[in-house]
Amino acid sequence: MAEALLKIENLTRYFDISKPFLNRLLERDEKQFLTAVADVSFEIKRGETFALVGESGSGKSTIAKMVVGLLGASEGSIEFDGHRMTGTAGTEMRDLRRRFQMIFQDPFASLNPRWRVGDIIAEPIHTFGLLKGADVTNRVGELLDTVGLSAKDAEKFPHEFSGGQRQRIAIARALSSKPEFIVCDEPTSALDVSVQAQILNLMKDLQDEMGLTYLFISHDLSVVRHMASRIGVLYLGRLVEVADGKRLFSEPQHPYTQMLLDAVPDLALSGRRRKPVDGEIPNPINPPSGCAFHPRCPLAMDRCKIDAPHRVDTATGYAACFALENDIKKS
Amino acid sequence: MTDALLSVRNLRVEFPTRRGVLTAIDDVSFDIMPGEVLGVVGESGAGKSLTGAAIIGLLEPPGRIAGGEILLKGERIDNLGAEAMRRIRGKRIGMVFQDPLTSLNPLYTVAQQLIETIRTHTNISEGDARKKAVALLDRVGIPAAARRIDDYPHHFSGGMRQRVVIALALCAEPELVIADEPTTALDVSVQSQIIDLIKEICAERGASVMLITHDMGVIAETADRVAVLYAGRIAEIGPVRQVITQPEHPYTAGLMGSIPTLTQTDPRLVQIPGAMPRLNAIPHGCAFNPRCEKAFDRCFKERPSPLVRNADGRKVACWLYDAIALRAQEHTDG
Repeated sequence: MAEALLKIENLTRYFDISKPFLNRLLERDEKQFLTAVADVSFEIKRGETFALVGESGSGKSTIAKMVVGLLGASEGSIEFDGHRMTGTAGTEMRDLRRRFQMIFQDPFASLNPRWRVGDIIAEPIHTFGLLKGADVTNRVGELLDTVGLSAKDAEKFPHEFSGGQRQRIAIARALSSKPEFIVCDEPTSALDVSVQAQILNLMKDLQDEMGLTYLFISHDLSVVRHMASRIGVLYLGRLVEVADGKRLFSEPQHPYTQMLLDAVPDLALSGRRRKPVDGEIPNPINPPSGCAFHPRCPLAMDRCKIDAPHRVDTATGYAACFALENDIKKS
Repeated sequence: MTDALLSVRNLRVEFPTRRGVLTAIDDVSFDIMPGEVLGVVGESGAGKSLTGAAIIGLLEPPGRIAGGEILLKGERIDNLGAEAMRRIRGKRIGMVFQDPLTSLNPLYTVAQQLIETIRTHTNISEGDARKKAVALLDRVGIPAAARRIDDYPHHFSGGMRQRVVIALALCAEPELVIADEPTTALDVSVQSQIIDLIKEICAERGASVMLITHDMGVIAETADRVAVLYAGRIAEIGPVRQVITQPEHPYTAGLMGSIPTLTQTDPRLVQIPGAMPRLNAIPHGCAFNPRCEKAFDRCFKERPSPLVRNADGRKVACWLYDAIALRAQEHTDG
């Protein structure tokens, strides 16, 4: 159980957003880079749900894409079950690829509208050569059944289904290669709440039945709290805090986490007066110096403007913040 | 009930199509009192935005108001001509739309857009209009408003743009602001800022707000009363605290249970089976009957009308609460 299935170390990704060469030459501009993910490290244990939360532009989806190999990493390493993904190629990579799958945010864009549902779900089976002939059809039927649709739906096209049903099809497709690990990138943010509840319950059931490991990406803190066993909070491409699921909410350590929790609308009507949140996420092209959060941070010190904070262990996990570092030294 | 600012009576909106007429809003009635914030929630396709569009006269053809009436301070506005409606829109009813990028014209500066709107509705000089625009931008929390007013919309971030849109909606000092998913395109930290702003600024000016959203959390924080829409009909309407803490309609109860919260302990969410019916397949009787655990014979035959539940104006459209139904239930139980 304690064994790490996915290990990410110092993962960094830059995007080159420079103007074309000739413009640069004429306008005497430098090359420009956007750092979408900066020095992110975490581990996901087998069977757990690790969630990444953050606002838009915090690098959640970029990490997801790098984990499944849709994007290359600029620096750092991703290790899946002891195999380094950078540098692995050929049959070894192919074998690894079968073991992880992805569910995307928008079920209207992630299913090919010209393919029948059965073909969509069978594609990974054919790609990895898992089954042949009538076995494929049977397996597709089984999968549709697992996700709460009927085997007859294999003949239909995606447009005949609602958003929630399409997301079920996307889940069936992800399951068809019998993966151990699924990256879910905002799987319910395009869905209505009542449908979201159905999909979240389905994902939990599947995890219990098949022992799946999830990397769950969302901007919705309540959804994350419901799903995750451990949570990483991202801010401007940096991992500011990692903590055990529920404890992140009861004992938030990093000032950004505290701010984010404060901003969640209160459904319990406790009448809690929340602290007003200041400012917005800065432009990632010119992130603030030192700790990226310092312009919005109530605890910011001089040091925060100069140095980037390192990871310190906290009661609930770890966080990157100088204020916490000082607290720990004092105690 | 005559002192309501806005009264919607038995509103019906239809879309004639080649395969028959679709009824998107069916017999919806509610009032908005002066200074009140009415939340309108529902899932996609419930008719939330259409209700807003019908009130402000912006239904896109072939959609049309097929029945009922809309009264603004006792005057009917649903049958006004285009010109008369144009004078109400912006002046007496302001709008804030979901996507701040599409509700601002990218080719004009913020100053031009604000000044134009102010001068359309009030008879003041350009210089005064500009002063007023700067003051408004300052009020909605745009830093260095006097300098930033000459920027184009793309110079502003999403949250700042939504602040500009709020300024634009408020510049003619309307009596009612219809905010259609004003925070859906924004991040949580910015969302809370915008909600607080709308609440504060409307309270300050005594404007009523009709807040359309799919997010119960936003409603809980902002609204005084809430109307829950399902398949173009009002399922439940009443004071926010009552509807959220003790939902009576099975749909509202299911909806509340299906929202994960920060204090929840149950590992599973309540789920409502199925999905909202399409407009061409709304079931006979109560529209919620195929998904309702408590449905009985009458629900499949007759459509429930909103039943008054208490003196606070709470109404629930569900046969479970009908006196006859209650008595019948006692019979079988006892």
